[in-house]
Amino acid sequence: MDWNFIIFSLVKIAVVVGVVQGMVAYSVLAERKISAWIQDRVGPNRAAPPFMKYIPVLGPFLTRLGIFQPLADGLKFMFKEDFTPAGVRTIYFWLAPAIAVVPAMLTVAVIPFGSQIGNQHMVIADLNVGILYTFGIVSLGVYGIVLAGYAANSKYPFFGGIRSSAQMISYEISMGMSIIPVLLIVGNLNLSQIINWQSTHGWLVMYAPISFVIFMVASFAETNRTPFDLPEAETELVGGYHTEYSSMKFALFFLAEYSNMVASSAMMVTLFFGGWSLPFFGLDHVAGPGSLGLGIVHILIFVAKLLFFMVLFIWVRWMFPRFRYDQLMDLGWRRFLPLALVNILITAVWLYLRS
Amino acid sequence: MAITVNRKPLSFWEKLYLPAIAGGLQVTIKHAYGSLFQGKQVTMEYPEQRWTLPQNYRGAPYLVKDQDGSTKCVSCQLCEFVCPPKAIRITPPGQDGQAADRANAEKMPKEFEINMLRCIYCGMCQEVCPEEAIFLQKDWSHIAHNRSEMIYNKEKLLALGGTHGGIQKWKHKLEEAKAQESFPVKV
Repeated sequence: MDWNFIIFSLVKIAVVVGVVQGMVAYSVLAERKISAWIQDRVGPNRAAPPFMKYIPVLGPFLTRLGIFQPLADGLKFMFKEDFTPAGVRTIYFWLAPAIAVVPAMLTVAVIPFGSQIGNQHMVIADLNVGILYTFGIVSLGVYGIVLAGYAANSKYPFFGGIRSSAQMISYEISMGMSIIPVLLIVGNLNLSQIINWQSTHGWLVMYAPISFVIFMVASFAETNRTPFDLPEAETELVGGYHTEYSSMKFALFFLAEYSNMVASSAMMVTLFFGGWSLPFFGLDHVAGPGSLGLGIVHILIFVAKLLFFMVLFIWVRWMFPRFRYDQLMDLGWRRFLPLALVNILITAVWLYLRS
Repeated sequence: MAITVNRKPLSFWEKLYLPAIAGGLQVTIKHAYGSLFQGKQVTMEYPEQRWTLPQNYRGAPYLVKDQDGSTKCVSCQLCEFVCPPKAIRITPPGQDGQAADRANAEKMPKEFEINMLRCIYCGMCQEVCPEEAIFLQKDWSHIAHNRSEMIYNKEKLLALGGTHGGIQKWKHKLEEAKAQESFPVKV
């Protein structure tokens, strides 16, 4: 074990976790702002530290944009009473938010968020089983929600938990199946290798568009976002699985949901949209040890693509009504699963004929 | 008996949801564009922007001064008696209290309090006042740190009420009398 590796890994972990947390905070703001714009409203535009009004043009502009709202929200969550209702199963009640957050954060570990800076590859863990690892971790995410629903000892969280387990297990299958054509084409499970392949052959979304569609819809379902937000259907289940939670524990569920969004956006970018590479301006090569600037540009490209998908997630939420439960199951099992299987078959035949 | 609603079966494109998705995205982006770049937001940002009140709007009642800046109220206590929610409380000056600060008036109230938490803006005080000394004005938002601050005293009411020019009550009485002579009554 050399110290170099440990130190650089720790730095990368710290930076990535920090960036993801920041992204989560600001995607909540983006959610509120975009929903406001779509609904002809203004959105948060008041919260500001007191000195902001003395900065000439920039201060009021940032305040109007609501840049400081996440800080206020976070502070509010800190100072709220952490209420534990009578009759909850205390241990599970405390455990559930943590179990929800940890897998969401772990998924990011295998995502290559850039090519190379100096001698360091911009990925925390360059696993050869990258995709398998991701799927393993993502499927753990359901435990947090189910446990929350069970621990609260209340009917609405319970319904939320039940729904979420059924939904996530169903869509996990089509999600896994939809990835297989990608693996067949690339012939590798390592996410860095998948990106390298895409930088020479072009983005995988052109080779496997159906895979992409299924993966995207399934990841909407996995992250419990509208139109698949049955586990937390506000109109039916009060708040769904986190009804009984308050303060920081509730915030952790929020964090988990948005971290999942970040993670699945990152997965979509990595698998189908060439990760950090762009097919023009010569941005598709791994940055060598000497080219610091190119490495940073690659990271920025990755973040830009990621943000695009985050906005898509948010946009779709404010556009779509919720699916009915039977429609949800119907879509998962009777539409996407056969489609994914046929997609695998077609891809396999195509690859066989081409070889 | 259950009623069966005959629905047209969905066509292939409708079953794919894709046209509906495209339509939805179109609608939402149109609204987002409108509210972002064309200022089509429906939100009124309250403390800065306020409604334009109608001409006959009935807000909080305040005492008014005459053109010399003296108190019009003569402490007759009619408004206190007529006030349905009992929001008004008048302390008369008493037998050897302070005299009125204007000519042609015997007295003026020592203290005149309106509890704005009780006031229902009904306008009966304005209607009953023989001296035309209290008027419903356009204020409708009252802010205070505690309940006792919401009881407005004489100084505050006079300051908020402002000045009404000249004593008009005889003119108005004459108009009323003339109106009653001709039948049917024109108001």
